[in-house]
Amino acid sequence: MEYILSVATVAGINIIMALSFYAPFMTGQVSLAQAGFAAIGAYSAAVCTVKFGIPYIPAVIIGGVVAGVVGFILGIPALRIKGIYLLLLTLGFGEIVRVIFINIEYVGGAAGFPGIPYQENTFFYAYGLVLILIVCFERLRNSRMGRAMRAVGDDETAAEINGINITAVKLKAFAAGAFIAGMGGGILAHFQEFIEPLMFGVMHSVEYIVFAIFGGVQVFWGPIFGAIVLSFVPEFFRFVQAWRHEIYGALLIVMMIIKPEGVITNDSVRFIKKIFRGS
Amino acid sequence: MFIQQLINGLMLGSTYSLVAIGYALIFGVLGLLHFAHGEVLMVGAFMGLYIILWTGLPLYIALPLTMVVTGILGMIIQFLAIRPLKKNFHLAPLLSTIGVTIILQNLAVKIFGGYGTRFPDTIAMDNIMLGPYMVSSVKLIIMGISLLLMVIFYLIIKKTKLGKAMRALAESHLTAGFLGVNVERTVFLTFGIASALAGAAGVMIGVSYSAISPFIGLTFALKGLVVMLLGGMGNVVGAMIGGLILGVAEVLSITLLPTEVNLQDIFSFGIMIIILIFKPTGLFGSKQN
Repeated sequence: MEYILSVATVAGINIIMALSFYAPFMTGQVSLAQAGFAAIGAYSAAVCTVKFGIPYIPAVIIGGVVAGVVGFILGIPALRIKGIYLLLLTLGFGEIVRVIFINIEYVGGAAGFPGIPYQENTFFYAYGLVLILIVCFERLRNSRMGRAMRAVGDDETAAEINGINITAVKLKAFAAGAFIAGMGGGILAHFQEFIEPLMFGVMHSVEYIVFAIFGGVQVFWGPIFGAIVLSFVPEFFRFVQAWRHEIYGALLIVMMIIKPEGVITNDSVRFIKKIFRGS
Repeated sequence: MFIQQLINGLMLGSTYSLVAIGYALIFGVLGLLHFAHGEVLMVGAFMGLYIILWTGLPLYIALPLTMVVTGILGMIIQFLAIRPLKKNFHLAPLLSTIGVTIILQNLAVKIFGGYGTRFPDTIAMDNIMLGPYMVSSVKLIIMGISLLLMVIFYLIIKKTKLGKAMRALAESHLTAGFLGVNVERTVFLTFGIASALAGAAGVMIGVSYSAISPFIGLTFALKGLVVMLLGGMGNVVGAMIGGLILGVAEVLSITLLPTEVNLQDIFSFGIMIIILIFKPTGLFGSKQN
């Protein structure tokens, strides 16, 4: 039971991270910096609880805010560039964050930051945050901001012609993604009790992308579904566990070839809603 | 001392150039970022290592053999992960090559182990005096081979029919196809050539660092990307020069900057971010995308 709870908790954190990738992705921005933002959030939150004795919830929120502010600052120059250039910028940023934490002795440097107080109820906090995020994304979906975000993601020029301030929309989405990732990092730090710079490498950002892309990027249920499936499946099949990463890779290629829009699409959400309404 | 560091930097930079040429070539011809290029380099390094270990062949035979193997690997990647993609999702090639990266890296960890493997000494370590400066023979040979490969590559691009076809594809796939260029075949061969160069870079890195691990792919992929940006996206000649510039800049930064802080790791990323913000077209101009 404890084992399943721990797997479910990790799945919850993965959902948060997948959604943190999804927020900027809605506006067409692919970010490889999410693990870097998670690192900023994790270290900030851990410093708050360990060095200043701040309680858990404010510490996690502070972690998110710090990451969000950094995301906002990074987002300003990032707005001038897009596509592959933005990807490279976020990739470089993620690596720089990692190297900077290796060099800060105050938080343990390369050896890592031990002794972070363990949060017993991480499961509830993680899924509480997931619930809040679901409510936010659902409310966002048909709001002016949500429609603007999708419009920017579909076609920036067309969106701009229709009077959308694409700079503001993209910047907000990017900072929101960083904020979510920062809180995810803070929650992770207090679940693992130990963090080190290696935990936040580029390949982790890639993993969050795989969650989101596998699940689908048309609606926010996609990243949630992807994170749950890809967190649980490897835990219950030994064979899958050993070859987990190879399977992730193959899955990503196959999805791109046969179903680039992901498993959960607008149509499938409509279909499920219809079933619930019909019965 | 300065001249000696300059030579070290050029040596390091010439391997960066080989990686970046592959990126620039693929980006120029196809307009896509081949994320798994670094892993091709890593496979090349291990192929070179095992060819030398098992057969005892000298470097000048092992190197072309490795290039053939990685060239074929590159074409397989193109065939399986890029050719079948539909054209309507512009991120698809990037994501599917990220998939290839994950697969190759984890397979390499399973096969070769996650720790570093020692590369055998293939070139006798002699120190040659160039005037008053002492240079190791290994570095000279690496630099020589890299420059030779770059010259050969440049001639292929400029003088052969294949090179002409590649340059035509860089302009427009549709027009090139109308004018009788076999688009599929040219794209296929582009991946082959780019991957062969990455394989050569892998062997050279193995020889010069004398240890390789499955994780060198990502490190050198990132360096290659920085170099491509420096030279201009899709600009092949820019990539050659950009590699040399980054190599020299890195070596000088290690000598000149304070050593307490581990700065050289972020030095190249710092350059990349500065270029991206202030001059995304690179130093030598780039293909508009």
